[in-house]
Amino acid sequence: MFEIRDLEVHFGVIRALKGISLEVKDGEIVTLIGANGAGKTTTLRTASGLKKPTSGSVLFEGRDITGTTAMERVHLGISQVPEGRRVFSTMTVLENLELGAYHRKDRNGISMDLRKVYELFPILYDRRKQAAGTLSGGEQQMLAMGRALMSRPRLLLLDEPSMGLAPILVQEIFSIIKDINREGTTILLVEQNASMALQIANRAYVMETGSIVLSGTGSELMQSEEIKKAYLGG
Amino acid sequence: MERLLQQLINGISLGSIYALIALGYTMVYGIIKLINFAHCDVYMIGAYVGYFCMSYFRLGLLPSLLIAMVVCMLLGVAIEKIAYKPLRNAARITVLITAIGVSLFLEYGTMFFVKAETRTYPPLTGLLARTFKSGSLVVSMQQIVIVGITVILMVLLQFIVKKTKIGKAMRAVSLDQDAAELMGISVDTTISCTFAIGSALAGAAGVLVGIYYNSINPLMGMTPGIKAFIAAVFGGIGLIPGAMIGGYFIGMVEVFVSGYGNSMFRDAVLYAILILILIVKPAGLLGKNVREKV
Ligand SMILES: Nc1ncnc2c1ncn2[C@@H]1O[C@H](COP(=O)(O)OP(=O)(O)O)[C@@H](O)[C@H]1O
Ligand SMILES: [Mg+2]
Repeated sequence: MFEIRDLEVHFGVIRALKGISLEVKDGEIVTLIGANGAGKTTTLRTASGLKKPTSGSVLFEGRDITGTTAMERVHLGISQVPEGRRVFSTMTVLENLELGAYHRKDRNGISMDLRKVYELFPILYDRRKQAAGTLSGGEQQMLAMGRALMSRPRLLLLDEPSMGLAPILVQEIFSIIKDINREGTTILLVEQNASMALQIANRAYVMETGSIVLSGTGSELMQSEEIKKAYLGG
Repeated sequence: MERLLQQLINGISLGSIYALIALGYTMVYGIIKLINFAHCDVYMIGAYVGYFCMSYFRLGLLPSLLIAMVVCMLLGVAIEKIAYKPLRNAARITVLITAIGVSLFLEYGTMFFVKAETRTYPPLTGLLARTFKSGSLVVSMQQIVIVGITVILMVLLQFIVKKTKIGKAMRAVSLDQDAAELMGISVDTTISCTFAIGSALAGAAGVLVGIYYNSINPLMGMTPGIKAFIAAVFGGIGLIPGAMIGGYFIGMVEVFVSGYGNSMFRDAVLYAILILILIVKPAGLLGKNVREKV
């Protein structure tokens, strides 16, 4: 349902992505792992439309969407949870969630989705009147995910949801990602926490300095000697 | 005591005008981090539109005020689309110089069409011309109208920013442009709306200053523009309540310094305040001192 082909992205003269291709099939969780600076965030930002590629194409549900803006892609059904959560800090939790549904007109659908988000993240309901900036890191991650879900995406792009969280919270976030996927949302997950990501992913791609160097199913990669050495701590 | 009260009343009237102008500076700064030098000229054009409505077309104060607001709104949006939008990703200094260019263009463009001469605002008549006296205390209907209209506009602005969808989009874009785009918000439309609202407020201020001081000219925007800018910085640039508080504060300072001290020191005191804020609390009264993100 989602595909990028021969994608090249530059920052000035720096070639951050050197012609990568990857595919996410309907209903899958696909993870993109790799060291810091490999180009994972750049890949996601290009997928969501925040960054324009120098060459290559982005396809969604059979359509070439390379030329569309990030705003248009949200309307098409692609939603990104950005690296570092990026919640609107001085706005309340509820306002953040409402902004997630900004382009939607179906009031009933929106309030239904709001209820679903509160079921998924009960803490957000308790904190709904609080400024988002006063939440803990884990709560902000939940808010960022809830906010992205409010657009009712068919493809959810997650950028390092486990970053900076305590291990127990990481467990919780990953089990929620699985729940979201089970409800029918296709997921492209970027992670540095390779072992957690490979456990929940159907398939995975490994990135190194702007190129994809390895791909396979989650369990295949978990068995791979190279991966064990480089990303799973032996 | 009565003298103090009188100064207070005058300060509030003048402060209202500064606050209205300061709001436009602060809203635009909040959303695109630009000090829009042309803003004070939008205010000047508002004053002229009001003047022509009242003197040539013999319209009342309220219709003239509304027309001036609409014209300034369109002008503000046009300035943004033509001059600033193409520079969205340019260096800040480039945009700043462009803003100065737009400002000069508006000032001398207006001079070309209406001449450089000072014009006298048509006097208010009837109920609007009345004054109320109690002892030595004088409150003019004019002042009541200025403060009343300002308060209504501020309440309206607060409502728009806090409660409406576009207001929430404006806050979101000013907090984090990328994240706002990921919400499916059109950043361009939101920036246009910000210019529209800020410019409409400047247009209203232009008409109000016309009826307050009675005289207008094409360069009238410069001094109040700088004072309103100081007001915005004082309150915390980018913060709407800061601009309101700053506007009234600057209005008060100006009136009290001229009233009790020497009116020649008036502007010197205002600049001293600006320098002091920039040294002591650069983020302004309501601002948090944060280091700029790189
Ligand atoms: N805004 C930027 N300007 C210049 N270079 C950038 C920018 N963002 C990322 N890069 C460069 O692109 C490469 C990939 O970065 P990124 O996609 O953030 O990696 P990852 O998310 O895998 O840590 C890095 O070498 C980084 O320095
Ligand atoms: Mg990253």
